Amino acid sequence: MEDTEVQKFDVIVVGAGPSGVSAALAAKRGGAKTLLIERSSYAGAKNMIGGAVFLTALKEIFPDSWEQAPFERYINKHTWSLLTDNSSVDISCDFPGAKKSASIYRSKFDLWLVEKAKEEGVYFAPSTLVLNLLVKEGFICGVQTELEEIHSDVVILADGVNSLLARQIGLRKEYKPKDTVLSVKETIKLSRETIEERFCLKGSSKGGAARNFIGGLGLKDAPFGLGFMYTYDDCLSLGLGLSIEDLIKYKLNPSDLLEKLKEHPVVSPLIQGGELVEYSAHLIPEGGYKKLPKLYKNGVLVAGDAAGFVNGIHFEGTNYALISGKYAGETAAYAIKIKDYSKKTLKLYKKKLENSFILKDLKSYKNVMENLYSRTNSLMNYYPAFASDFFKIFCGANCVAKRDEFRGLFVRFIKQRSLRELFYDIKTFLGCVFGVLK
Amino acid sequence: MSEENIKKKTIEDKLTTIKYNCSSKPHLAADEQKCRNCENRCCTYICPAGVYSYDENQNIINVEYENCLECGACRIACPYNAIGWEYPRAGHGVIYKQS
Repeated sequence: MEDTEVQKFDVIVVGAGPSGVSAALAAKRGGAKTLLIERSSYAGAKNMIGGAVFLTALKEIFPDSWEQAPFERYINKHTWSLLTDNSSVDISCDFPGAKKSASIYRSKFDLWLVEKAKEEGVYFAPSTLVLNLLVKEGFICGVQTELEEIHSDVVILADGVNSLLARQIGLRKEYKPKDTVLSVKETIKLSRETIEERFCLKGSSKGGAARNFIGGLGLKDAPFGLGFMYTYDDCLSLGLGLSIEDLIKYKLNPSDLLEKLKEHPVVSPLIQGGELVEYSAHLIPEGGYKKLPKLYKNGVLVAGDAAGFVNGIHFEGTNYALISGKYAGETAAYAIKIKDYSKKTLKLYKKKLENSFILKDLKSYKNVMENLYSRTNSLMNYYPAFASDFFKIFCGANCVAKRDEFRGLFVRFIKQRSLRELFYDIKTFLGCVFGVLK
Repeated sequence: MSEENIKKKTIEDKLTTIKYNCSSKPHLAADEQKCRNCENRCCTYICPAGVYSYDENQNIINVEYENCLECGACRIACPYNAIGWEYPRAGHGVIYKQS
């Protein structure tokens, strides 16, 4: 700790990721004396991101300095690919200059966040592991580290997806394999020119692209999962998010599956000649609204991944982390001001979340992941194959009457696809759409 | 650079790209009794770093905690809650630089 004299703070934030830093900053900006604790020797060392941070949320926290953050490339171009073993059907969008998200390395980005917080007067304690929370008369009143007790009026838990502390004090239950995605990733080095050529990025200033891959793992019993790829300045990230439940069920190793994706004829030319510079793995909490923990208790709040704030469909998580952290910090500062740290005051945090996109979205998306998961085979195998067959006819110029080809496709579709399966596919699709819109 | 550079990597190959500050104190522990009776031992295939392996001679799970990426997948996956899972001591464990 930088100021060893001080052992009592208004607010202690555990975990220096986007959520923790945002919480600490909001608390400090609200006038609270704030300590930010991180277990690794520098922020970001334990963290992994598929690729990109969302910039609208970052702007809200750093309205003047967000552009100085260590961005690699602005992800203005997105492509979703339905893969079969040897083909790809894509849908793409491109918003040149949009700057809605940017690829980052957590080791650099989180470090930048912490530096900004320190500049504004947040105390920072790296290499500090919190073992327990201190409890006095039903109130959380500080933390027990490996070395000492540090007291505070409010503790904010931003200790990530595994949040041992939130479980310790009964805010949260253990996640089930079904609610958790394991993401494995490789950072692959290529030259800047090669990346710009392969992703058609020439001439755009720091322009970048993201790709998502559905299917293509060459398995009959494919796990529910999604491949992702992001461009960096002179690297690519390539990873896979996989349902833990399916990994268990089908006895699959995540690293082997990533190898399969790398060998796919559409993916392999993109990474050809690259050099693996870092392998990484991280969990994503995807239980959503139904698995939300208690968000507060006397003297404590929980934010970011620790609270399970993730919308897997849109890859949103960093934005939830930044904004939920901000609300937690603001609430803590308010509690300090009125000197009431009870759950009655801290309830304000939940109100703020309810009035924001965070709980609104999580609520309207509460069945989406589960629904899609129930149609894993349709998503991972059946429809990619169907799309591929359709375009084989559409673009094939096969010197066969189109009418015969399309009729054949239609007959195969009806024959291979029982009406029951089709019914459930349509029902699930409509259920997802209406769930979000209603 | 050839294609082979990036293709067909084993977990062992991949782990050589990662920096660690290893602690002498293990932060993971498998419950010998529970693991002996486990029919599936999903930890041996689900772990992205291959930390867990089954030793048939001794009938125990070997835990190479030094390779752990601290993701927590084993903890969630184990149906018998048989894995003692803590964070490594402060400043120890995996140190990602480009992730």
